[in-house]
Amino acid sequence: MKLSFTLNGTLVRADADPDMRAVDLLRELNALDVKEGCGTGECGACSILVDGVHKLSCLLLAAQLDGRELTTAAGLGGQAAPHPIQRAFAEHGAVQCGFCTPGMTIAAAALLAQNPDPTRLDVRRALSGNLCRCTGYVKIVDAVRAAARELADAPAETPAGEADA
Amino acid sequence: MAAGTPPGLRADALAKATGAERFTLDLAPADCLFAGACRPGKALNIAHGRVRGVDASAALAVPGVVCVLTAADVPGTNLQGIVHKDQPVLCGEVIRHAGDPVALVLAESAEALRRGLAALRVDIEPLPGVFDPEEALKKGAPLVHAGREGGNLLLRAVIEKGAARAALKNAPVVVRGEFSTPMQEHAFLETQCGFAQALPDGTLDMTVSTQAPFRDRFEIGHALGLDPLKIRIRAPYLGGAFGGKDGATVQCLLGLAALKAGGRPVRMAWEREESILAGYKRHAVRLRYTLGADTDGTLLALSCRLTYDTGAYAHLGVEVMELGMEHAAGPYRIPHTFIEGRCVYTNNPIAGAFRGFGVAQVSPAFEGLMDALAAKLCLDPLELRRKNALLPGDENCSGVVLTSSVRLDECLGELAAHPLWTGRAAWCEAAPPFTFRGVGLAAVFNGMGYGRGLPDMAIAKVELTEAGDFLVYNSVTDMGQGNAAAFAILAAQELNQQPGAIRLVQPDTERCHPSGSSSAGRTTYTYGNALLRACAAMRGKLLSRAAMPLFVDDLETLTLIPGGVRHTPSGRTMPLGVLARYLPRDDRISVAEFLMPVAQNPPDTGRGFQIGFPHLFFAYGAHLARIEVDGLTGRVRVCDYVAVTDGGRVLDRSCFDQQAQGGAAQGIGYALIEDFQARGGLIQTADLSTCLIPTALDLPDIESLAVDGDEPTGPRGLKGVGEVGLNGPAPALAAALEDAVGVRLRDFPLTPERVLAALKKRKTPSRRRA
Repeated sequence: MKLSFTLNGTLVRADADPDMRAVDLLRELNALDVKEGCGTGECGACSILVDGVHKLSCLLLAAQLDGRELTTAAGLGGQAAPHPIQRAFAEHGAVQCGFCTPGMTIAAAALLAQNPDPTRLDVRRALSGNLCRCTGYVKIVDAVRAAARELADAPAETPAGEADA
Repeated sequence: MAAGTPPGLRADALAKATGAERFTLDLAPADCLFAGACRPGKALNIAHGRVRGVDASAALAVPGVVCVLTAADVPGTNLQGIVHKDQPVLCGEVIRHAGDPVALVLAESAEALRRGLAALRVDIEPLPGVFDPEEALKKGAPLVHAGREGGNLLLRAVIEKGAARAALKNAPVVVRGEFSTPMQEHAFLETQCGFAQALPDGTLDMTVSTQAPFRDRFEIGHALGLDPLKIRIRAPYLGGAFGGKDGATVQCLLGLAALKAGGRPVRMAWEREESILAGYKRHAVRLRYTLGADTDGTLLALSCRLTYDTGAYAHLGVEVMELGMEHAAGPYRIPHTFIEGRCVYTNNPIAGAFRGFGVAQVSPAFEGLMDALAAKLCLDPLELRRKNALLPGDENCSGVVLTSSVRLDECLGELAAHPLWTGRAAWCEAAPPFTFRGVGLAAVFNGMGYGRGLPDMAIAKVELTEAGDFLVYNSVTDMGQGNAAAFAILAAQELNQQPGAIRLVQPDTERCHPSGSSSAGRTTYTYGNALLRACAAMRGKLLSRAAMPLFVDDLETLTLIPGGVRHTPSGRTMPLGVLARYLPRDDRISVAEFLMPVAQNPPDTGRGFQIGFPHLFFAYGAHLARIEVDGLTGRVRVCDYVAVTDGGRVLDRSCFDQQAQGGAAQGIGYALIEDFQARGGLIQTADLSTCLIPTALDLPDIESLAVDGDEPTGPRGLKGVGEVGLNGPAPALAAALEDAVGVRLRDFPLTPERVLAALKKRKTPSRRRA
């Protein structure tokens, strides 16, 4: 079936079987920052924003992307111009193996769009669907709180997903 | 406290934070065939069975299925195993655990592969299985490897010094205990995966998520009958491993697939359920302990028997048990020890390497008895540990004289002064209704390196590029622990360059020099030392090469500065980019090696071990946990956690804390949450909805403290700290639970069910009322 959606700001047209999963289509489209860790919605590595809402792309069909606006980690920012959340993850030691990180930053972006000044417990709740086996989460929470402070200090910078919030 | 390096940016952090880093599967070519293994035991509920036949006709009729391979198609020995080669690539006669593969399917797409695997008909006749290591040692028990000399006993070994039995008989105070620790799933987020292609020149070109690319070549070559040196392995950054990618996972299957793919690339990625079914686990262990002491708490003797369940294959079972035995008496001075270990085959999942390699299992046992001794003698548990803690120059429980750095007492001293310890009584008294509070601690350690008998070696290579920056050819996989970033720091310091002037090449057997695996807390120590030597040689070379064009005959007047070589008196500088073009490439490369020292005059014990005994270097730690126990549900909540670590000198504080916090997090999961279950060899916790690991809501803000140490043989004085952090939580949490409710649980994990049962069995109410 023919699909069209916006992927990180670019209009994409794709052809997908009706039973194709969103994560597979996105990776086929070279959105390799979208990771698969379990395929059953338990780990959160495949997190994306669909119209600004945090979703697991392993539990979505590709067909469900039609007409939507998608943001993956690469859509938040890149190495040359990282999003404040991404920079905070790097600066606060929140990255070890890095496999959960793209999904984790997406979950963080969704949280900060809803709650610009989260407590540590708020952050832990919001990220509790995203597993990390390396860090013990302390530095991830540090990073999200630091990003929240930076975003509050620079209101001009809008996290992806906030547009519709 | 360590002064600490200000937190810098890990070399890999920004690429990973933005999702730009490419992991193994992200690099697979688009035209790959898909390979997948048929592991029929799970669907048939058979953990031990005779393979009567594999009928591939229906599978071959599935559109897109290219071929189906069985044991008969494996060209070599069809045997894998790092030290003991007993694990078939494809099982032709017998499956010995529910995850054993009997066939390999190649298909044009993931969907065709799934259909092809489902269409395979495998006929397996169930055989009696054995699932308990004690049962497996009984006469008449089903044999996991029929005809094997020694039956199900893979190895029995003893480490002893002095005369433990006599000393225990005469000891004024004796405490005893039996413990059990469970299997544990690594649950790295990136499952086992890779891709491979047989090239026209006969090279088998593989990219694999592996901890040991250089060793893999020999293992694959042996199993598949190939020249190991015609196998090229590349290992990009790994999405976690923790020991679970040390040894063959996809490698031999993938190599076999590539040989049969007509030159096309093939990919293999285990789904999460396959990863849990077929991946290696932490060994489940039973431990029986006796500890004797004087009335003042001075330890006199320890005797123990450890039984490791290695599952269906040896894998690293003997080596894991060796390290556990070497740590079995704890980081204490004990004149008499008798440590017996038995490593036993069963039809359970295969056990292997996992951070804390055998040591995580013994830690709750020796610490459990230290608490029992403290209670019996009415001594402060922390003071009892300080009284007996190993000091530099002491002989440890294996008889090795500690000439390396030992700062355990300083770790315990940090805890003694910590407000969470000094304020524990008041905190516990303030427990909310229906809640018990408790505080516990543990002293732990973990050896570094391979030990005697296997050279713990690394070879570093540094290249000055034509552009005037430097390439570090990393030979030791970075599975997330940050060794590659540490190498960039070390090289930048030693070459006096900006961090941005150092670029990293990740392990590639064609471009990098052979080095040992990414494991054993050795990675940064061994390769880091080699790298410092290579960088020192590079610096000397660049000064000498710049001398002629700069018209300088006194090398002492030249300095390597960021981006150039400067003649200090005149200030004249030759940019590195110019110097690089002046030199042919082979003169722009420095290579150096390092071999980890081993114990001289090793004690005459542990003779059962071919390799690995004894170790000379150890990291130490002291951990503290404050918990709340829900009196109604038995749930344990970790409120606060402190890990104090002696890892020598701290090179990068952020990376150091990452290891301490991450290790403790996995240890907390191991102690409380991760209740891995196999019944009759069949895994009950088959996916991440039942095979639980801690989420952000299950863990506290783990505090990491460092004691300022210095290991003189280490690169910049550091020791490996990757493993020790995992060993503390199980004993510290069991101690905290005992403090809270007055009952010591000795079977792990400390699930709500076990805690509730203990609460009900309690004879006297706790001193702290719920």
